[in-house]
Amino acid sequence: MAEAVLYVDVVAADRRVWEGEAVSVIARTTEGDVGILPGHEPFLALLVPCAAEILTPDGLREIIAVDGGFLSVAENRVAILSQYGSLAREIGLASAEKELASAEKALNEGDVDAATQQHYHRASAQVKAARRAESLH
Amino acid sequence: MPASLRELRQRRKSVTATKKITRAMELIAASRVVKAQQAAQAGEPYITELIRAVSAVATYSHADHPLTAHPEGGEVRRVAMLLITSDRGMNGAYSSNAIKTAARLRQRLENEGKEVVRYIVGRKAIGYLKFRGLSVRKSWDGFSDAPTYAHAQEIADTLIADFLKPYEEGGVDEIWGVYTRMESMITQSPRARRLLPLEIVQGVHEPKPGEMLPLYEFEPDPETVLDELLPLYVRSRVWFYLLQSAASQLASQQRAMKSATDNAQQLIERLTREANQARQAEITQEISEIVGGAGALAEAAAQE
Repeated sequence: MAEAVLYVDVVAADRRVWEGEAVSVIARTTEGDVGILPGHEPFLALLVPCAAEILTPDGLREIIAVDGGFLSVAENRVAILSQYGSLAREIGLASAEKELASAEKALNEGDVDAATQQHYHRASAQVKAARRAESLH
Repeated sequence: MPASLRELRQRRKSVTATKKITRAMELIAASRVVKAQQAAQAGEPYITELIRAVSAVATYSHADHPLTAHPEGGEVRRVAMLLITSDRGMNGAYSSNAIKTAARLRQRLENEGKEVVRYIVGRKAIGYLKFRGLSVRKSWDGFSDAPTYAHAQEIADTLIADFLKPYEEGGVDEIWGVYTRMESMITQSPRARRLLPLEIVQGVHEPKPGEMLPLYEFEPDPETVLDELLPLYVRSRVWFYLLQSAASQLASQQRAMKSATDNAQQLIERLTREANQARQAEITQEISEIVGGAGALAEAAAQE
């Protein structure tokens, strides 16, 4: 299985965010970080808002902001599903931080409905992803 | 007897105005159908993956979850039917086809001894059912040609809430959806599909039995995963239906408006011809009157 690769599909509700081959995928599930290598057993996990990391065969690192959702693995096919997933390089760190600040402010003001929390999770995942992407370059 | 010249000209003018309107509507629909089609296509990978994941859990976890199993030994007494139509007319047979499909589905379900409650999207179906005095449990309108994910979420959450209620409190045991699938720009066909409980075998998107390893690992555990996964699944299904229906609606509007424009053009040509004929006839009559009058005068003068 030395030359096996993973085929990764990252999809958001309204578009395909990223697809391609990878040698490893790291994401955070409700139980903690999980790393997927080729040949992983079939697996289905809930994700928490996080920055998922995909290492491609040519040594590139793709960082993807995920606001919850799922990770499923079957026969070297990895699918990451998230309603609002986005690529870290498409997100500006500054704008993500601004989003996060505004979401935090709304939360602190006692606005704790599902939409605001969703917004907060999304923003925090984006900030994490953008920071990770910056530290790499 | 041809109508008077003035009448013919008036009619031609009004048909020309109608043609301008239908032509504009055709162009608008043509530009929007592309966008709707793109939206429908962009949403497809998410739905495909979700179906794959859901069928994996449902098939390999053996979890007894309310969303995958019929309650109380599989007896189905009440069924929810979600019908998606348009808000406005001018779509050819789009809405009536969907309504007919829904009526057939209801007939079939009632023959099986199930009670059907209706959930309606689009003013066309609301009007149709209200006129016939048929009951509707819940209806939505105002977004049939440009639905958003939030609309899908609202509809799906209502359906799931009723699904999880016990039968005695008005809960339903099954959920069916009737929507119009966009096959191509020329073909749109209404479909009836069961949403819940899940049908594990669902055609081409499904992985074949041998395709997946039977030993799935779940994190944290199958029940929690199902709890999270299934509402998402229903939402994305409803979202898919709305997108497909919106694209179908616009495609069928474009076609209907195109034939309306063509018909108007034919009518204009016919009216123009008739008007010209009437004008000619009027001129001919005038000339013969003048000639006749002059002849009579000349005869009278000759007799004197």
